[in-house]
Amino acid sequence: MLDPLKVKKDFPIFKRKIEGKEIIYLDNAATTQKPYVVIDAIKNYYENFNSNVHRGIYKLSEESTDLYEKSRKNISEFIGAPDPRGLVFVRNTTEALNLVASSIGQGLKKDDEVLLTMMEHHSNIVPWQFLKAKGVKIKFADIKDDGTLDVDDYVSKITPMTKVASVTHVSNVLGAINDVKELGKIVHEKDITFIVDGAQSVPHMPVDVKDIDCDFFAFSGHKMVGPMGIGGLYGKPDLLEKLPPYMGGGDMIKSVTTEESTWNEIPYKFEAGTQNVADAVGLSAAADYLRKLGMKDIRKHETELMLYAFQEERYVEGLKSFGPRSLHLRAGVYSFNCGEVPAFDIEKELSGERIKISKGSMHPHDIASEMDKEGIAVRSGHHCAMPLMARLDVQATARASFYIYNTKEDIDKFFIELNNSITRFAH
Amino acid sequence: MTSDIAYEVMMDHYRNPHNYGSIENATQKITEYNPLCGDTVHLEMLIKDGRVDDIKFIGRGCSISQASASILTETVKGKEVGSLKELTDEKYLVSLGVTLGPAREKCALLSLNALKKAISGVKNE
Repeated sequence: MLDPLKVKKDFPIFKRKIEGKEIIYLDNAATTQKPYVVIDAIKNYYENFNSNVHRGIYKLSEESTDLYEKSRKNISEFIGAPDPRGLVFVRNTTEALNLVASSIGQGLKKDDEVLLTMMEHHSNIVPWQFLKAKGVKIKFADIKDDGTLDVDDYVSKITPMTKVASVTHVSNVLGAINDVKELGKIVHEKDITFIVDGAQSVPHMPVDVKDIDCDFFAFSGHKMVGPMGIGGLYGKPDLLEKLPPYMGGGDMIKSVTTEESTWNEIPYKFEAGTQNVADAVGLSAAADYLRKLGMKDIRKHETELMLYAFQEERYVEGLKSFGPRSLHLRAGVYSFNCGEVPAFDIEKELSGERIKISKGSMHPHDIASEMDKEGIAVRSGHHCAMPLMARLDVQATARASFYIYNTKEDIDKFFIELNNSITRFAH
Repeated sequence: MTSDIAYEVMMDHYRNPHNYGSIENATQKITEYNPLCGDTVHLEMLIKDGRVDDIKFIGRGCSISQASASILTETVKGKEVGSLKELTDEKYLVSLGVTLGPAREKCALLSLNALKKAISGVKNE
């Protein structure tokens, strides 16, 4: 069993008080806090091993390279990747998806299609939209009213021109967990390259990329108690070998003449320039930390918190929460609104069809602001998922997202303060 | 420090916005939104003889953005367009009388940005 109060003691930030109040951190889908072991690993690296990797033949560089490659191996194992050559270090999920979209995109032609879903984060939409310049088309599979992916619609949007399918493992708004293993089977039957955005899954549940059988898998370190500025792109090694490089520079080449260059082996082919070794080491420490807590126990803990939120939300009048209600399809992301917050439309607004605020309603931005006064950090806005906001017909939502250091008491305080805020805002 | 009165004035503007709606013969129309949070303000103005003869808004967003739009319409109605240049961000924030963090200042300034864009068009004509 995971004891969140014990876990909390591993995180120095929770010693801090803001205006005399303890921090209740409920924005874990944005980024997570860092435990001592991660901070210490980074500090230890800079104090004792700092030097550039894969270059020097002196002791420090050898040790630094060794630490970097051991981190790669450890993080590969953490996501179930059988071969560490399949893990490219990147800054974050966004960079991983840009890399894969750009490099795969080089091989796409006019009228080739990319299949996405309505619940994607902008980082799994915009890099693909860059390819529209060369005539690539993008299709979006819809969601169902219960906040799950509409798999029938997904299948119906596959055509002979579909070359790539990229899908989020867990929605950062709905908390919906997609059955990526099943989706992978469906698209692989049609020889479609299958990419999974794991930014919201790797930190929260056991993930095995070999079992999912995806071709590429992107994730961020900072959402899994690791440092900001490090993440991973896993790719099947044979596919990575065929993929053209993304960035040019030092370390990614085998040889360079004034005329042309040849590429280094994978994964180095995709790691141009001086690497973020300290944060790779920090992420490796984060993986160790989470492994020790147990990914199954982390998942169980968050499921319990979500169940508790589902039970307690009924005491907030006018609250509408989004996403699947079945706990096995739901990660610890809780998006909600108080009252209706429809998308703004000049014509409808002027016709009086949708007008102003109603009793008990509160704009998500105000919710986040009022909660902040009590030391509670929640997010508000479009969560980098504007197409999904449009699909849900909301301008924005508020969002609380849970992690290993959150307790039922945090959720109690969250709902109590939400009720207090609504009372203050009421007419 | 935010005075309770200033805060209540803002909340009152939020709950019961002034000059909410549209102007039939508007000379200026502009929609501004904050990409960070989606707060939206749509301003319509009737400028006659260099004066703001009428100004109305509609919008959706947080209390600060909507209250500020309401207050702004009251502030500039009847004023000479030329004199509105002097209404700087800093002056306007001070006039609201509430202390806002940097994120919320953007909310409060949304309608003023819309106004500035709307009247910059006037000068060009």
